[in-house]
Amino acid sequence: MSDLVLKGKAIKLGDNVSTDDIIPGRFAHLRSNLPELARHVLEDAVPDFASRAKALSMAGEGKAILVAGKNLGLGSSREHAPVVIKMSGVGTILAKSAARIFFRNAINQGVPVLLCDTDKIGDGDELEINVTGGKITNLTSGITLSCSKMPPIMSAILKEGGLIPYIQKHKDFVITT
Amino acid sequence: MKVAKTLAEKILSLKSHGEAQAGDVVIADVDLAFVQDTTGPLTIRQFKESGFKALARPQQTTIFLDHAAPSPAQQLSNDHIFLRRFAGETGCCIYDVGEGICHQLVAEDFANPGDIIVGADSHTVTAGALGAFATGMGSSDVAVALALGKTWFRVPQSLLIELNGDFPRGVYAKDLILYLVGQIGADGANYKALEFSGRALTGITMSQRFTIANMAVETGAKVGLFPADKSTREFLREYGRGDKYRSLSADTGANYERVIPVNLDQLEPMLSLPHAVDNVRPVAQVKGVKIQQAFIGTCTNGRLEDLAVAAGILKGKKRHPATRLLIAPASRQVLIRAIEKGYVRSLIEAGAIVLPPGCTACLGLHQGVLGEGEVCLSTANRNFRGRMGNPEAMIYLASPATAAASAINGEITDPREVNTKS
Repeated sequence: MSDLVLKGKAIKLGDNVSTDDIIPGRFAHLRSNLPELARHVLEDAVPDFASRAKALSMAGEGKAILVAGKNLGLGSSREHAPVVIKMSGVGTILAKSAARIFFRNAINQGVPVLLCDTDKIGDGDELEINVTGGKITNLTSGITLSCSKMPPIMSAILKEGGLIPYIQKHKDFVITT
Repeated sequence: MKVAKTLAEKILSLKSHGEAQAGDVVIADVDLAFVQDTTGPLTIRQFKESGFKALARPQQTTIFLDHAAPSPAQQLSNDHIFLRRFAGETGCCIYDVGEGICHQLVAEDFANPGDIIVGADSHTVTAGALGAFATGMGSSDVAVALALGKTWFRVPQSLLIELNGDFPRGVYAKDLILYLVGQIGADGANYKALEFSGRALTGITMSQRFTIANMAVETGAKVGLFPADKSTREFLREYGRGDKYRSLSADTGANYERVIPVNLDQLEPMLSLPHAVDNVRPVAQVKGVKIQQAFIGTCTNGRLEDLAVAAGILKGKKRHPATRLLIAPASRQVLIRAIEKGYVRSLIEAGAIVLPPGCTACLGLHQGVLGEGEVCLSTANRNFRGRMGNPEAMIYLASPATAAASAINGEITDPREVNTKS
């Protein structure tokens, strides 16, 4: 099977972007209306995020890539956080580190989260990401970055496009070592 | 020879029917899976989307309507209808609006030492106080746990928190956990377990343990585990589950990533400053900041002992005229006992508003949303920007004693500087 390779442009965020930044609790009444909820993605923390992500994903240059600092997605277990990021047009998430629940939720939503030294990526940089091999080429700067490996079960879930499609296919967890 | 295990390794070995060591990936049986009203609707849609019809264990599956309770918006009322209908269809337990906060009810009615508990809420870690491997997960993971009765875990490495000494006057469990969050940092224990031990444990009540375990997630931790001891057994007996007690502790010689010793005698009242839980400083350094709202409650500090402390400080006094004082008991049972003990009367006479048992003002949905530029001193566990409904507001986190003392003065106050009545 060939490697999963994605191309796109970076939208850079800082450290400690919480789930309350991504989708504040005050919008909980919209959680059963995801398209409406998604309009508020990162609204307080990065007001131009939604319009930039949409523009990038519409421009046909590949999906937007969310590039964060450390501890991305700390806080709540709301899976709505990766859901609205995905709906905004983001295809891949890169971070120095990601909070445990957010990391697992994003993978369960079929959104790759790759951990690498994001200081080497600037806002607007063009990136080529080999998700399977865990390699990132910054086409703007020419720098190559490698990412930390995830457990095989997470790679398998990601490969199926998320936990729900994974379970639909396998009916159970399958541990491979 | 048997390998010495941490508490996390012990429980995951037991529940995965094998030898679990830090770093392994295991599939473990789930003793309780639950959702609340803001994560439940997505979980149940995913459960249905997966093609599942029945729950693995309906009696060990629970829905809590606590985050929007009672509902402030028609959409949330409709979510409640959806959840009640699912409970009716599947025969799972449901705790309706007014019963209390999921984590308090899990403690009162479900959690036992050695259990695995997964909840679609990050503060599921609270039940670690009873020696349960309890952790928060997203909707997809909980949906699958509801259907299969199991989930996968990477066995965490553990950090050992060794507690010695006694809390000085005016210093509480909340001050300890804020201190630890400050020391470890908001991501210092990401993917890891915190395990609490030491000679001080015998003097740390169950109520205090819940406060401490509750905020383990604010260091990034997967669980915050206490051994099961005499206090655990007494708690389980009090709540009619004495038969579920089993003694549980880490093996001598277990392998910890690091050991963090804390001498309780040297602690002082602590505070988290806006907008990060690990932005921790002693109250003494932040005294005098004006507050428009004091909020005592939540899964962190809404228990009877917390209300007793607050009532002891506020009895016979009045809140500052410029400071609203909100009290939210963690459960119906807590509220009833607080009424019986006279705490509620003391608090209301001091000018408090008593909110219904539930999450109330904590997450910015209703019952105490902050205005622009307002400052709230809260006993909750999070002070992220926008948490209480307004990105232009400021939230400080502290103990119920600090919140009560500050409500009297209308500004951040060291609780050791006010007199307490019992």
